[in-house]
Amino acid sequence: MMDRRSLLAGAAGLATMRASAALAMAPVSPGVPAGVVDNAPLEALPGKKPLIKLSYRPPNFETPVEYFRDAITPNDAFFVRYHLADIPQVDAAKWSLKIGGGANPLTLTLDDLKRDYPAVEVTAVCQCSGNRRGLSQPHVPGVEWGYGAMGNARWKGARLKDILEKAGVPKEAIEIVFRGADGAVNPKTPNFVKSLPIWKALDENTIVAYEMNGAPLPHWNGFPARLIAPGWTATYWMKHITEISFSDKPFDGFWMKSAYRVPLGLFPSTDRFISQETPANTPITEMMVNSLITSHADGAKARAGASLSIGGVAWDSGRGVARVEVSTDDGKSWREATLGPDLGRFSFRTFSFALGKPRRGKLSVMARATNKAGQTQVSTAIFNPPGYHHNVIQKITLDIA
Amino acid sequence: MNHSRLIVAALALGLAGAAARADEFAIKLKPGEGVDTVQNNCAACHSLDYVLMNSPFMDAKTWTAEVTKMKAAFGADINDTDAKVIADYLTKNYGG
Repeated sequence: MMDRRSLLAGAAGLATMRASAALAMAPVSPGVPAGVVDNAPLEALPGKKPLIKLSYRPPNFETPVEYFRDAITPNDAFFVRYHLADIPQVDAAKWSLKIGGGANPLTLTLDDLKRDYPAVEVTAVCQCSGNRRGLSQPHVPGVEWGYGAMGNARWKGARLKDILEKAGVPKEAIEIVFRGADGAVNPKTPNFVKSLPIWKALDENTIVAYEMNGAPLPHWNGFPARLIAPGWTATYWMKHITEISFSDKPFDGFWMKSAYRVPLGLFPSTDRFISQETPANTPITEMMVNSLITSHADGAKARAGASLSIGGVAWDSGRGVARVEVSTDDGKSWREATLGPDLGRFSFRTFSFALGKPRRGKLSVMARATNKAGQTQVSTAIFNPPGYHHNVIQKITLDIA
Repeated sequence: MNHSRLIVAALALGLAGAAARADEFAIKLKPGEGVDTVQNNCAACHSLDYVLMNSPFMDAKTWTAEVTKMKAAFGADINDTDAKVIADYLTKNYGG
């Protein structure tokens, strides 16, 4: 149950939101439900730029596509996603991270975390499992995200592996369990607790991050520290992380056992979470290869006879983007785009493509990414009731006049 | 603190906060039979924009399943009579 202190903290957070009068309606993605088109203003949470407000409580705010024109997403434009509404303002001086269940239980302060473990950096895409859920056909219930439930940042922190090894990894451990400071208003609501298979937790790229793009994590993105599980969807990236424990059996909380599951074999995933698999389904694991045109929105105007190029970002689960191709004939033929700097295999990779000097009329443009494992985006969505893993090839139509 | 008291407390804090008010309180659901039941129960845990964004594409069966999920999975304390009123209201006003 939310106590008076956290209720006050929550109300203070809400009180600093912009008044509702004269809010700009947001640039929502084509295909989201009409209820989003009509009701999603651009609004700023404290410390954030105006983002696409999908819900206030818990806060779910989407990043407008314009912020993805650069490979790195600014902290103050980074999307916000919470399941539960009791979100404390964590005091870094009082915060601690407990690692229990090993031979050497630890309680780390933020200073301990920074001082006692080598700092490492990884540039990685944080993408909600349900990014683009709003584009599902038929629509499915949930937070109706368009393109922007994602972002790419330079995360700095301690390797989870180093922390776990210091805490003494029991040889029976098969999963690592993560808890955060945020919780539910209703005591009967299952707390948001997640687990990772031990192999992913011990991966050298999995870190407990305390910096994002060279600055402390924003409150809304997990201050003072969160888990970074590069390549895997953001459901595992525990915000405001407070507790890590070893488990010798599959963790069976609601958010593992019932939520964030996909039918086994439906998606071409190769990262497996075997201890959690059932004959029917598996927890979602790595992201699917994907891309987004960010230079132009669908329906954008451009000048006839003038040089025109499009650009965007591509990403996958860490196999690395091999190529992005562009089609201007509805997918009959594809030409390779130019890739921007490689910021690491877990990062957004920018791309650009020159369209020449198009003549007056409608010009359709599609972009398709392929990763180094040969996986590519799909032409039609692989339907699943929770609306996960939407990586349909995007098509925009430009109005050349 | 029960849910209705929580809402009262939140509203009271809201009013005390004056001008730049929490915008979720500006969300107005369509008037209709059951709207108060929806507000009193659903807003205990989440803002009502969850209803708006999830419209209009859910039929009676899907809205009923959502209300059932809120009770069974998320522990919402909604009695069976209210659950039906809520599902009926949502189907009629935000269904599709």
